[in-house]
Amino acid sequence: MDFKRIYAIFLRQIYLIRGTGTRFIQIFIWIVVDITLWGFISKYLTDLTGSGFSFMAIFIGAVLLWDFSTQVMQGVTMLFFEDVWSRNFLNMFASPLRISEYVSGLVLVSVGRSILALIVMLLLASFAFGFSMIVYGAFLALFVFILFLFGIALGLVGISIVLRWGPSAEWFIWPIPALLSPFVGVFYPLTILPSWMQAVGWLLPPSYVFTGVRTLIEGGTLSVPALLGGLALAAVYIIAAYALFLMVYRKAIKTGLIARYSAETVV
Amino acid sequence: MESPVLEVKALTKRYRETEAVKDLSFTVRPGEIVGLLGPNGAGKTTTIDMILGVLKPTKGSIVIGGRDVASDRSEALFLTNFAAVYAQLPGNLTVYQNLKIFGLIYGVKELEKKIRKTIADFDLEKFKNVKCGILSSGEQTRVSLAKAMLNDPRLLLLDEPTASLDPSTAEIIRRKIQDHVSGNRAGVLWTSHNMYEVTDVCDRVLFLSHGEILLEGDPKILPREYGKKNLEELFIAITREPLIVESI
Repeated sequence: MDFKRIYAIFLRQIYLIRGTGTRFIQIFIWIVVDITLWGFISKYLTDLTGSGFSFMAIFIGAVLLWDFSTQVMQGVTMLFFEDVWSRNFLNMFASPLRISEYVSGLVLVSVGRSILALIVMLLLASFAFGFSMIVYGAFLALFVFILFLFGIALGLVGISIVLRWGPSAEWFIWPIPALLSPFVGVFYPLTILPSWMQAVGWLLPPSYVFTGVRTLIEGGTLSVPALLGGLALAAVYIIAAYALFLMVYRKAIKTGLIARYSAETVV
Repeated sequence: MESPVLEVKALTKRYRETEAVKDLSFTVRPGEIVGLLGPNGAGKTTTIDMILGVLKPTKGSIVIGGRDVASDRSEALFLTNFAAVYAQLPGNLTVYQNLKIFGLIYGVKELEKKIRKTIADFDLEKFKNVKCGILSSGEQTRVSLAKAMLNDPRLLLLDEPTASLDPSTAEIIRRKIQDHVSGNRAGVLWTSHNMYEVTDVCDRVLFLSHGEILLEGDPKILPREYGKKNLEELFIAITREPLIVESI
């Protein structure tokens, strides 16, 4: 691995963000809307029930963590789309850049982007609604790490789909987090789901995070082995997603798709 | 004798029933400019794509500066660079930013100094901080060529590099490429439909037809050998009647 090449991928994103304000705003716009919306919903429900139970920790914390994972995924996919939109594949892949370096660059961009997003979400949740992630204690780092790994895996699956089926498949990538959210129990325990949905849910690492979040809020004892199981599952997802991207990339090299990649390429 | 900069052996690319490139073998020696000629669909771009590692050959081997592209892809491509009319640099980055990014990717030493020199060489000073997307097609071509020369490649692949340049700029660019070749003992594989340009710069040409080398030789001598006035006349004759090669 050549770190200069990884840095080149990262630097490109910095140039792009610096060059266009909309790219910078786009990182924050939806998370600000989400936190604001769920902040007021939580406040309303807390007032309505009058039981003294705070819905803030349940809803705002869940939205914040799920949006973080989505941001991680988008960090990977957005930079890849920049290459799609600027028809830059040939310049990138006909260079000494290794595929592992390219993916590492995407991950590095994603780390930067998601940290920025997380800071903004934490500040907004804290100042506007008095919510603090400290309620999750030391487990917070593990929650964030699992969601980070899962976000990267989703991003790699997303770019594999677009590389395989062409830029017109891009529309399919954006709703992936929304499609998964009912299965991972962002806002409710998995036990209220039908059994088949529960089975799917337990195959997804974020389910272990959100189950853990609710256990902590309700004052229960969090199952560390279960959470570590979620972490192991996330690691499997990362390996599988990278293997999928490699497979699609190799197929694209074999068929010539990389060289001919354009607006409506489908092999 | 110096070992070749590029060595292509028995290169074949098959797409289902179609053979785009058939058992192609050739070399590019240090200090040599080789023209790859042929009508549209002859297999020129397919060959270049395989040399650049973006298309996997069905069989055969490609060695750049002693490095096999199949097993040592990154190291082999480190020694090369390319410019093609269909691969302009991203329009949402400035000239400087594009050169910086690709300079890092190609591991260019003393990058800032090299970028300054390259920008001056290709007369791009006034566009240094301009986004490539708003440059004219000729200016974009100069930026692509600047990127292609940034790492002083041992093997330079040029796919119609001067297609959108005015005759004066094209001439200046041709001289720069020739200077690079003689100064660095580099090799160039050059495709063009401009036969006057090919005659001017190439030491040797390979005529490709249906993925095979039909004819090979010095572009200044070859037309006479086939009773033609110039390379353009020979190109037209071969494209329309490939059998004339076999009849002589």
